[in-house]
Amino acid sequence: MKALRLTLAAVMGGAAMLVAPVMAPMMAPAMAQAPAASGATLDAIRARGTLICGVNTGLAGFAQPDSQGVWRGFDVDYCRAVAVALWNDPNKVRYVPTTAQNRFTALQSGEVDMLARNTTWTLSRDTSLGFDFTGINFYDGQGFMVKTSAGVRTARDLNGATICVQPGTTTEQNLTDWARANRIRFTPVVIERLEEVVGAYVSGRCDAYTTDVSGLASTRSAQPRPADHMILPDVISKEPLGPAVRHGDQRFADLLRWIHFGLVGAEELGITAANVQQAAQTDARPDVQRMLGRSGELGQMLGVDNLWMVNIIRTLGNYGEMFERNLGPIGLQRGPNALWTNGGLQYAPPLR
Amino acid sequence: MSSSTADPRLAKAGPPRRPIRLSWSDERLRGIVWQVLVVGVVAAILYWLWSNTVHNLEVRRIATGFGFLGREAGLPIGESLISYEPTDTYRRALTVGVLNTLKVAIVGVVLATILGTLVGIARLSKNWLLSKVAGLYVEIIRDLPLLLQLLFWYTILQSLPGPRQALNPVDGVFLSNRGLLLPFIEWMPAHWWALLALVAGFVGTLLFAKAMRARQYADGQPRKVWPAGITLMVGLPLLVWTTLGAPFTPDIPALRGFNFQGGITMTPEYFALLLGLVTYTAGFIAEIVRAGIQAVSLGQWEAAQALGMRRGDILKRIVLPQALRVIIPPMTSQYLNLTKNSSLAVAIGYQDIVSIANTTLNQTGQAIEGIAIIMLVYLTISLSISFFMNWYNSRIALVER
Repeated sequence: MKALRLTLAAVMGGAAMLVAPVMAPMMAPAMAQAPAASGATLDAIRARGTLICGVNTGLAGFAQPDSQGVWRGFDVDYCRAVAVALWNDPNKVRYVPTTAQNRFTALQSGEVDMLARNTTWTLSRDTSLGFDFTGINFYDGQGFMVKTSAGVRTARDLNGATICVQPGTTTEQNLTDWARANRIRFTPVVIERLEEVVGAYVSGRCDAYTTDVSGLASTRSAQPRPADHMILPDVISKEPLGPAVRHGDQRFADLLRWIHFGLVGAEELGITAANVQQAAQTDARPDVQRMLGRSGELGQMLGVDNLWMVNIIRTLGNYGEMFERNLGPIGLQRGPNALWTNGGLQYAPPLR
Repeated sequence: MSSSTADPRLAKAGPPRRPIRLSWSDERLRGIVWQVLVVGVVAAILYWLWSNTVHNLEVRRIATGFGFLGREAGLPIGESLISYEPTDTYRRALTVGVLNTLKVAIVGVVLATILGTLVGIARLSKNWLLSKVAGLYVEIIRDLPLLLQLLFWYTILQSLPGPRQALNPVDGVFLSNRGLLLPFIEWMPAHWWALLALVAGFVGTLLFAKAMRARQYADGQPRKVWPAGITLMVGLPLLVWTTLGAPFTPDIPALRGFNFQGGITMTPEYFALLLGLVTYTAGFIAEIVRAGIQAVSLGQWEAAQALGMRRGDILKRIVLPQALRVIIPPMTSQYLNLTKNSSLAVAIGYQDIVSIANTTLNQTGQAIEGIAIIMLVYLTISLSISFFMNWYNSRIALVER
């Protein structure tokens, strides 16, 4: 009943928008009303004592429940980081799995406080959808996966092929743009559910499967014989992924933005989960002292404890540690997500 | 009917009129007050919901309105009845979706009716094996969720061999996991005219049959209709086709690169959806048909036989008209169900209106407009089916005198 559920989700989203102001006092405080002030969402989260985080329905490495039912992944760690900054407790998060189709409605209607769900930052999402993206925690790009036996070496060999794609994402539009630009004709097979679309590719209904390279790596690693599948070297789009909040949630957006910069900055300064306590006591570098709350009041400027970064790094590690822990096992290299000092794109403005 | 029993003197004059008194004890005044109040409350709620939505959308700076329909869609569509490119507008993409829904709904309704009727009759058969097989079919098909059946058919079709190892039973026909490919002809304007001639021939045959029936009522002599019918429905299109130069270029599918080119394709997605919907709905229709036939008492058969009517005539003139009275109303519900169930297409990748509207609302972020379009489309299709079936029902309903 996926179709029904999807449509239902959209209707519920619409309905939530219809009744939000009046129902808000009656329903769970999660049902936020239109944010009147810049801090309304942050205040609501504090009052509730839990962060409600929209994540993927299950994508290895980014957001997936483990065998104990505990959510794990790169995106999930960003939700936990917010909870640590607010309450020094990574478990005060409720995860709401969202599909590619219902994620925006979920955020718009206030069903979730924030999205950390491999969402590509685009102009139209920033404006007409009413969101604010708080940074780029993963530089991704769209690629193709084919069977090794197909004899395809570059994406240009795919002329005339049947290509499996999930609907409702930038993936679909990138595919058509790329085909048009390169005069490639293809037959799309558009399937909503991840399992079904991967199944169609594996069974041979499609010659290729296209999505973000990170998603391809995740899918490939989950196959019984990953070596039977290869990811083509071509990357046909820019997919800057990052967390998003609603327009008007400036204070909450600030917090998310600087948590990400803090994580990147910590990696740059060599602060890790193992040495953060030590560094907070003994490291004499002014940058480190400011970040770890020994001098200045950076935490309070964001409305959280001055030891926010100490707590986050102690619990979750810095950006590089989060990356290796979650995305290393599915075979993703740092690539463009390396620090700028290592030739990558991850660069944090100064925390001061 | 009823007018003949009513007193004609009372036909025009209603109950005697009294002026309305401005008092709560006046029943008519009370009625008016309550009605105004209820209508007012409903209108106020609707207005409140509307203005609230508009306000919330504005506060969140979410775009509203149907302006997006004219923008470039950029979404790929696998199969379409009209020409479509990703550079076309959302309006065009949604039209493709509506046509795809109609394509599966109309073909599905026709096939489900045929299959369901056959199974329903088979279940009543005196042949033990036939009736048990039909019974087993109905019980199994009705008891499994439709989504499960769709996924089952889709998986089966996916496990067919790839295009390079395609099954090739007859020259030009290929069956693979890319679908069923059939040879076709290169379509030219002459073929459109021939098709038009066929429709004209069909209408002509109906008119001819009606005229012949009128003559039969006059002199009691039955007349043959089929010679004229064949002339009109076969001869006329052939004549049109030959006068326009008789164009005929076969278009035979052939494997080029990854996929087959040429011919016509029935995709696994469409085929799985059609198969699932038809077999599922046929299970219900079979029971309706069985009930309808059993509702006609055996005495009707015997009486007609006693009058010397042939078996075909008994079925056509005595049994079916009575059975249809019972069959048609629940059949309407089944047609509506089939149409609405086609929205499960989204699970197996057939791009119907729900699939395309969902993508549209996701790309534009305008959920309310997207859902409104889906609702409007289904409402229009469903009301059309209801309207047609109600008209047909009133035509075949037993006229009581």
